[in-house]
Amino acid sequence: MYVRFLRLFALLLLPTSGSLAAPDGAELFARHCAVCHGTEGRGGVGTPLALDSFLSSISDRFLAATIRSGRPGRVMPAFPVLSNSQVKAIVRHIRGWSGLAGPEDDRTPIEGDPGVGQALFAQHCAGCHGDHGQGGTGTGVAFSRSASLPIIPPALNNPGFLAAASDRMIKRTIQNGRSATPMAGFRHKLSDAQIDDITSFVRSFGDTAPGSTARSPEPLVIRADSPYDLQQTVENVRNAARAGNFAVVRAEHQEYGLVAEGEEDPNTVFVDFCNFEQLYGALQIDPRIGMFLPCRITVVAREARVEIMFINPKALSPLFNNQELDDACETMYQLYAEIVDEATL
Amino acid sequence: MRNHVSTLRGDRRRGDAVTRAARIFPLWPLVLFCAMLPAPSMADENLLMARSPLEFPEAMLTLQESIKAHEYVVARVQRVDIGLTQAGYPSDRYRVVFYGNPQEIRLLTREHKELIPLLPLNFSIFAENGETLVVAMNPSFLSLRFTAPELVTRFARWESDVRSILADVQRGNALD
Ligand code: HEC
Ligand code: HEC
Repeated sequence: MYVRFLRLFALLLLPTSGSLAAPDGAELFARHCAVCHGTEGRGGVGTPLALDSFLSSISDRFLAATIRSGRPGRVMPAFPVLSNSQVKAIVRHIRGWSGLAGPEDDRTPIEGDPGVGQALFAQHCAGCHGDHGQGGTGTGVAFSRSASLPIIPPALNNPGFLAAASDRMIKRTIQNGRSATPMAGFRHKLSDAQIDDITSFVRSFGDTAPGSTARSPEPLVIRADSPYDLQQTVENVRNAARAGNFAVVRAEHQEYGLVAEGEEDPNTVFVDFCNFEQLYGALQIDPRIGMFLPCRITVVAREARVEIMFINPKALSPLFNNQELDDACETMYQLYAEIVDEATL
Repeated sequence: MRNHVSTLRGDRRRGDAVTRAARIFPLWPLVLFCAMLPAPSMADENLLMARSPLEFPEAMLTLQESIKAHEYVVARVQRVDIGLTQAGYPSDRYRVVFYGNPQEIRLLTREHKELIPLLPLNFSIFAENGETLVVAMNPSFLSLRFTAPELVTRFARWESDVRSILADVQRGNALD
């Protein structure tokens, strides 16, 4: 009944929705995309989009499909929340940067020889795109990277890329390259048949694309009992962190800075520690990881029980859609676990 | 207007959402209109992010002013870039701002001590070529793991504050 009612309401709204609800592509881009691709599409954490060489080589369908499926494990999120008309509005907005219409979306398959293509790929492409087309490491021109550094080569074995790209688009990109990026054109280096072979090889990544990485949900907070009292446990954590090659940055009451000095709850203490080399590496994998910083172990004493707790990096990692970060978080988790083991021994 | 949106959002989570939707029928155009207003967001919505056109120092100021305007205390600022630079890894400006409401945190962690390591919440703020990015975990992400109703409502309120703070930063202005 109410469903019918709402449907009726939607119908009533339809005639006006053209003027009332026409999605504003610029605003949608600012809200959903600019944070990574830059306000003007010049690139940031994400690759630049406002390049003539890019926009003239891809169809509107490629853009829409990329927005829909994202690039799993490569930072670029999927946007199932956007309606079709919102996606279209964003595509129109992106098109507006060049004024160039994209090519027709021609889905005719290209029948090259992937075996031959494999060897050519190893010779001409793997240096940048990786042996298995897994892409360059790092997430783009970001943070401690200067904007003048080269764009990181995208993953070609990515299910999101392969779903969005037609064979024609892949071939065109190999032929023409993308000027103003490290991706050179191979039109004069390789024959048409060779480019077909490489295209077929790139397409074949779809057959062996990494399976779903969905893991069972990790516990968010890891807890362990300590046989020692609060003070001794804190001391143990400090020592264990140092032994694990971390600098101990501070040990303070949990409420430090939140309440007036002296009024903090004395029974909750955190120990902050850091390994700057690791941190530097992590920020290059993904500059958005501030919420993991600094490394922290909290010691809580309540009712004659002393517990050690830490946030499980593996539980936060999925927020970032970044396979490289998932791997780094696995390592971080091991380091935390060792410190806790050591401190409670 | 913001208040309208968040109240209605809260209502929608409840079982009687449709009944309420029907009752407040005359408000729907307003709701739709509000839903169209800019608000920083992410696809899966577990990570909330915003790009500010401001240089880092101004963006940092806006962030802290907005945090205070939302009635939180800035507990401390972790100067990640300073630590890195001193350790020999030169880095552009990068800070983590911890903030919270002391009474609220005390109350919640008394009942739910497993929340302790997660609080106070934080924003990461870092420079990127003359502009500034701000990133935060969506507090409602915690509802997946902590399902007590009083926590879920609390997380939802924090989410609406985080979104509103990020909107200030994106606009480059904490004064509404
Ligand atoms: C969290 C950061 C992030 C957000 C948000 C984001 N992207 Fe991306 N995007 C990326 C990254 C990183 C890549 C490159 C992936 C790779 O290297 O494999 C990318 C790739 C792309 C590509 C493919 C570019 C090419 O050369 O083929 C398009 C198109 C794109 N994004 C559009 C968008 C649009 C439109 C939005 C908003 C609806 C958006 N992105 C939001 C990070 C992001
Ligand atoms: C010098 C490094 C380099 C080499 C060598 C190179 N590429 Fe690229 N490639 C890139 C970069 C960087 C981009 C992203 C350009 C951009 O931002 O638009 C790219 C983009 C692409 C794209 C588009 C991907 C997307 O997400 O839209 C394809 C397809 C591609 N390259 C295929 C190849 C193939 C096949 C070869 C070998 C014949 C090759 N590339 C050689 C660096 C390279």
